[in-house]
Amino acid sequence: MTAIQDTHIPNHEAGHADDHHHEHPSWLAHHFDDAEQQFDSGKLGMWLFLVTEVLFFSGMFCAYALYRNRNPEVFEFCSSFLNEKLGAINTGVLLFSSLTMAWAVRAAQLRQHQLLVGMLGATLGCAAIFLGVKSVEYSHKWELGLLPGRFYVPQIEGHHGAHHGYLEMLCIVPAIVTVLCAAYAVFSWAIKSTFHQQVSGPLLTAALCFFVGVFLGQYLEAQEEATKGHANHHEHHMSVQGHIDHDSHDHAAASDTHEHDHGSAPAPVAAVASSGGSSDVYVDSKELATPKPNVNKSTMAGLFFSIYYCMTGVHAVHIIGGMIVISWLIVKAARHEFHEQYFGPVDNVGLYWHLVDFIWIYLFPLLYLIT
Amino acid sequence: MSVVDRPLASPGYSEADSYPTHHFLNHSHGILSWALTLDHKRIGLMYLVGVMSSFALGGLFALMIRIHLWNFQDGWLSNKTYNQVFTLHGAIMVFLFIIPSIPAALGNFLLPIMLGTKDVAFPRLNLMSFYLWITGLVFFLAALSITGLDTGWTFYTPYSIDTQQGGAVLAATFGVFVLGFSSIFTGLNFIVTINTMRPPGMSWFRMPLFLWALYSTSIIQVLATPVLGITVLLLSAERLLGIGIFDPKLNGDPVTFQHFFWFYSHPAVYIMILPAMGIISELMSVHCHKGIFGYRMIAYSSIAIALFGFLVWGHHMFTSGMADVTAVVFSALTFTVSIPSAIKVFNWLGTMYQGTVSLNTPMLYALAFIFLFTIGGLTGLPLGALSTDMHFHDTYFVVAHFHYVMMGGTLVAFLGGVFHWWPKMTGRMFNDKLGIVSAIIVFVGFNLTFLPQFVLGSRGMPRRYATYLPEFQPLHQLSTIGSLTLGSGLLLALIVLLMSLVNGKKAPRNPWGGATLEWECASPPPHDNFSSAPTVGDPYDFSNIEYDGKTGGYVKRA
Amino acid sequence: MAQTTAHNEQAHNHHDTGHGHGGHGHGDHHGFSHPMPIWMLLSVFFALLVLTGLTVYQSTFDLGNAEIWMSLTIATVKAALVILFFMHLLWDKPLNAIVILGSLIFVALFLGFTLMDAEGYRENLLYDSVNDPRVTQQVDAATPTAAPAALK
Ligand code: HEM
Ligand SMILES: [Cu+2]
Repeated sequence: MTAIQDTHIPNHEAGHADDHHHEHPSWLAHHFDDAEQQFDSGKLGMWLFLVTEVLFFSGMFCAYALYRNRNPEVFEFCSSFLNEKLGAINTGVLLFSSLTMAWAVRAAQLRQHQLLVGMLGATLGCAAIFLGVKSVEYSHKWELGLLPGRFYVPQIEGHHGAHHGYLEMLCIVPAIVTVLCAAYAVFSWAIKSTFHQQVSGPLLTAALCFFVGVFLGQYLEAQEEATKGHANHHEHHMSVQGHIDHDSHDHAAASDTHEHDHGSAPAPVAAVASSGGSSDVYVDSKELATPKPNVNKSTMAGLFFSIYYCMTGVHAVHIIGGMIVISWLIVKAARHEFHEQYFGPVDNVGLYWHLVDFIWIYLFPLLYLIT
Repeated sequence: MSVVDRPLASPGYSEADSYPTHHFLNHSHGILSWALTLDHKRIGLMYLVGVMSSFALGGLFALMIRIHLWNFQDGWLSNKTYNQVFTLHGAIMVFLFIIPSIPAALGNFLLPIMLGTKDVAFPRLNLMSFYLWITGLVFFLAALSITGLDTGWTFYTPYSIDTQQGGAVLAATFGVFVLGFSSIFTGLNFIVTINTMRPPGMSWFRMPLFLWALYSTSIIQVLATPVLGITVLLLSAERLLGIGIFDPKLNGDPVTFQHFFWFYSHPAVYIMILPAMGIISELMSVHCHKGIFGYRMIAYSSIAIALFGFLVWGHHMFTSGMADVTAVVFSALTFTVSIPSAIKVFNWLGTMYQGTVSLNTPMLYALAFIFLFTIGGLTGLPLGALSTDMHFHDTYFVVAHFHYVMMGGTLVAFLGGVFHWWPKMTGRMFNDKLGIVSAIIVFVGFNLTFLPQFVLGSRGMPRRYATYLPEFQPLHQLSTIGSLTLGSGLLLALIVLLMSLVNGKKAPRNPWGGATLEWECASPPPHDNFSSAPTVGDPYDFSNIEYDGKTGGYVKRA
Repeated sequence: MAQTTAHNEQAHNHHDTGHGHGGHGHGDHHGFSHPMPIWMLLSVFFALLVLTGLTVYQSTFDLGNAEIWMSLTIATVKAALVILFFMHLLWDKPLNAIVILGSLIFVALFLGFTLMDAEGYRENLLYDSVNDPRVTQQVDAATPTAAPAALK
C-alpha cells in the first residue's frame, strides 16, 4: 500500500495541501501551477509526438518515392488493382470523422457533454467504417494473391483467386468486440445507469459500423466488377509485357471480372497470350522497340504491394490506436469531466486523429489514383 | 512537505547545513513505491542502475572480444560466436547503455531540479519510458539467448535478411523499436518541461549549460529516432513478410537501408555526445570555480550541432556504392559540423585558464574527456575526407575513432557526472583519493587499448574479424592488456561509489561549490525538490560562494 | 512555499499574455479555449470534400508527368486545411507551428538526400532479375521477351 503514497495526486491532496495557496482541482496535476500551463504542456507534447509520427511515416514515403521513380510502370500496373471508389469513400469517411472530432473539441470547450459524447461516438463509428472497408480491400487482394514481396502471386487474367475466407477471419475480432459491446449495452440498460448507457451506446454503434463498412465495401466491390466485367471483351490481358501504360483501367477491370472462376485453371485468354509469347499483338510497334520489363512478378509488383501494405497497414494501426483513445475519451466525456479549463485530452487526441487523416490525404492519391 | 532539520551528531558541521532526515529516498517505502513511482529522481536512479548494469554486460562482451584476439588465430571463441559477441557488445552498448545513459539517468534526476520545478511535465510518460527501456532490455536478452545476433549493431541488409539467426534479428529489432520510443518519450518530456515549466527568473540564458545540452539532445531524439523506428520495423517486415524493400533478391535496394539507418544513427552519435558535453561544461566551471567562458557560444553550438548533425549521415556510406556527387557533398558537410564541437573545446580550455582548479575525481574525468574527445574528434576528419576514408573504412581506425568519442567522450563524462552528482543523489561523499586513482587507471587503460588500434587500422587491420595476420599480434596484445587495465579502473570506480554508500561521510548541500540550483536543495533532495523557493540567479556566478570549513561544503554569502 | 507563490505570479503573467496575443476571430472569453464556430467547421469539411472530388476527377485524365504534381498539390491544399483549421494551428502558439513545420524540413532533407543519391547510383545497378538464379518464384524463361511467368 506504500505505493499509493507515491501516486501523486491523492497523496498530495491529502498531505501537502498547505503547499499551495490556491485549490488544486482534481483535474490539475500537482506539478503544474495552473490549467493553462497544463494545457500548453500537453499541447506542445502532442505536437512533438506528431513530429515523430511525420518522420516515422516519411521513411515509407521515401521508399515509395524511390521505387516509383525507378519503376513507374510497376506503380501504374499495380494501382489498377486498387479500387479507387473504395479509396474515395474511405477518404470521405475519414474527412467526416475529422469534422466530428473537431466538433467534439468545440463541444468539450462549451461543456456540451451530450453533444461531445455524440461527436466522439461518430468519430469512432467512422473509424470503424474505414476499417470495415479496408478489410474488404485487403481480403480481396489476398484472395487474388496480391501479397507483399516474396509472396506475390503473378496475376493471370480472368483468374479470380480462391475463396479463402480471409474477410471472415478479419471479422472475427470485430465480431467479438461487437458481442462484448452488446453485452455491455444490455447490462447498462438493465442497471439503468445513464453513465454506462452513454458509454456503451457509442461503443456498440461503432462496433456495428465496422460491419456497415464491410457491407459497403463488398457492395461497391461487386458493383465495380459488374460494371467493368464487360470490359473483358477487349481481350486485353494484364500479363502482357510492356503493355501496361495505356488503359490500365481496363486491366484492372479484367482482373476484377467476377466470373466465379474459383479454380486455378488459367483462363483461355491467358492461355492464348501464353502461346502468343513474345509476338504480342496488343503491343504497338513503338513499345516493342523498347521492351519494358515484365512487371507482374514478385520483384516488381511485389514491391509495390509491400509498400502498399506497409503504408496502409501502419496507417490502419494508427486508426486502431486512435479508436482506443477515443473510447477512453468517451468514458471521460460521459462522466462530464471536460470543461473550458480542461479539454486538453480531447484537443490532443483530436490533433492525433487529424494527423492520421492528414496521412491518408496523401496516401489516397499516391496509391489509388495512378494512371 | 516538510524537511525536518535535526541537530547533527557528527562534529565539525554546523546546524545550518544539516542533513534532511526526510528526502525522496525515504519518502515512501517498499518495492512498489519504486516500481510505480512518478518521481523523476527515483526514475533517474532506476535508470542509473539499469544503464550501469547494461554497461557491465556490454563490458563483459568487450573483454571476451579482446581476450579472443590475444592470438592471431585459434582464439577461444568460434568464428560464429565471435560474430555474435561483437554484435551484442555493440548493440547493448549503443542502444541500452550509451543513448539512455546521460539523458535518462542523470538528465532525469537533474533536469527538474536544475530548472527549479517539481517534476518533468509528464511524470507518467517518464515512467512509461523507463518500462519501455526494460522491455527493450528483455528483447535484447531474448536475442542473446535465442541464438545470438550476428549482424553487427548496424543490422545491414541483405545480411540481416539472410542470416540464420532470424529469431534473434526479430527480437533485437523489436527491442530497438521499443528502446527508440523510450528515448523519444524522454526527449519529448524534456523539451516540454524546459519550454513550459521554467519558473520565473529562469530565462533561457540562465539555464545551466547541461540543460541546453539536454534540450538539443532531445531535439535530435524526437526528430531522428522515429526514422530508426520505421527502419527496424521494415526490417522485421522484411524477415516476416519478405517485403523486399531492402532485399536485392527481390529487387530492393540495400543502400537505402543504410540511408535510413544512418539518418538516425549519425544524429544519434550526437545524442550520445551532446549531454556529455553538457556535463563537461558544468564540471569545468564548478571545479575551476570560475564562470564558464563563452556561455552563449556553448549554448548555441549545442543547438547547431543538433541541427547540422542531420546533414552528414552519408559519411558512413562512402564505400557502399553511393553516388559520387552525394559522397562529395556529405564529405564537405562533415567538415563543417566539426566546427561547433571545436568551439566547445576552446571554451572549456578558456574556462580553465586562470581558474582555481580543484583536481578531484570529477575534474579528472572531465580533463580526461577533453583530451580523449579531442583525439576522437580529430580522427573523425580523416574519416570524413573521401580519399582517406576509402582506406580507413571498416578498419580498426574507425573502431578506435568511435571508441575515443563514445567511450573516451561519453562514458568518461558520464563517470565524471556520476561522481560529481553522487553526493546530491545519495547524500554520501565518496573517497576522493581512490576516485582519483580510478580516473587515472581508466585514462591510462583507455589509451593503451585504443591508441594501438589507430595504428592497426591504418596498417589495414579490418574490423569485425575473428582472426588476423601475425604481424598485427603485438599491437593487439597491447590493446588487450589495455582493456584489462581499463576494466579494472572501471571496477575500482564502481567500488568507490558503492563503498560510499556503506561508509561515506554525509554529503553537505553543496560539496563542490556549484552555483546551479541543484546545489541549493538538500542532499539528497526532498520529494518535491525544494523545501523553499530557489532564487534563480546566474548559474555560473561564483563570486559569492565560499567554502565553509564547518560543513565541509560551500555556502552562499548573503 | 514561497516558490509556489512565485509560480503563481508567473502563471498570471502568462495568462495575460495569452489573452494579449489572441486576436482570434472567435470568442475569447474562455481563457485559452477558443471554440471554433460551426460554420467554419462545416465549410472546411465541404471544401475538403470538393477537393477530394477534384483529385478523383483529375485522375481520369492522362496528364503524364504533371499528374503526380497535380495530385500532390491538391493533397497539400487539403492537408493545409486540416492543419490550419481542424488542428487549429492558425490560432495556436507560434512555437507549435514552428515545431510541426520544422519537422517538414527534416523530412525534406531525408527524402532529398536519399533520393538524390539513389538517382545518382541508379546507373550502376546491375540487377538482372530475369537471370537471377536466386529468385525462386521467378519462372520466367531465359529470354526477356518470353511469356510472362504467370502464364506458365
Ligand atoms: C567531431 C566530428 C566527427 C567526425 C568528423 C566524425 C566522422 C566519422 C566518420 C567519417 C565515420 C565513418 C567512418 C567509416 O565508417 O569509414 C565515423 C564513424 C563513427 N563515428 Fe564519428 N565523427 C565525429 C564524431 C563522432 C562522435 C562525437 C561520435 C559518438 C559519440 C562518433 C561515433 C562514431 C561511430 C559510432 C562510428 C562508427 C559507426 C560504425 O560504422 O559502426 N563520431 N565518424
Ligand atoms: Cu557519423
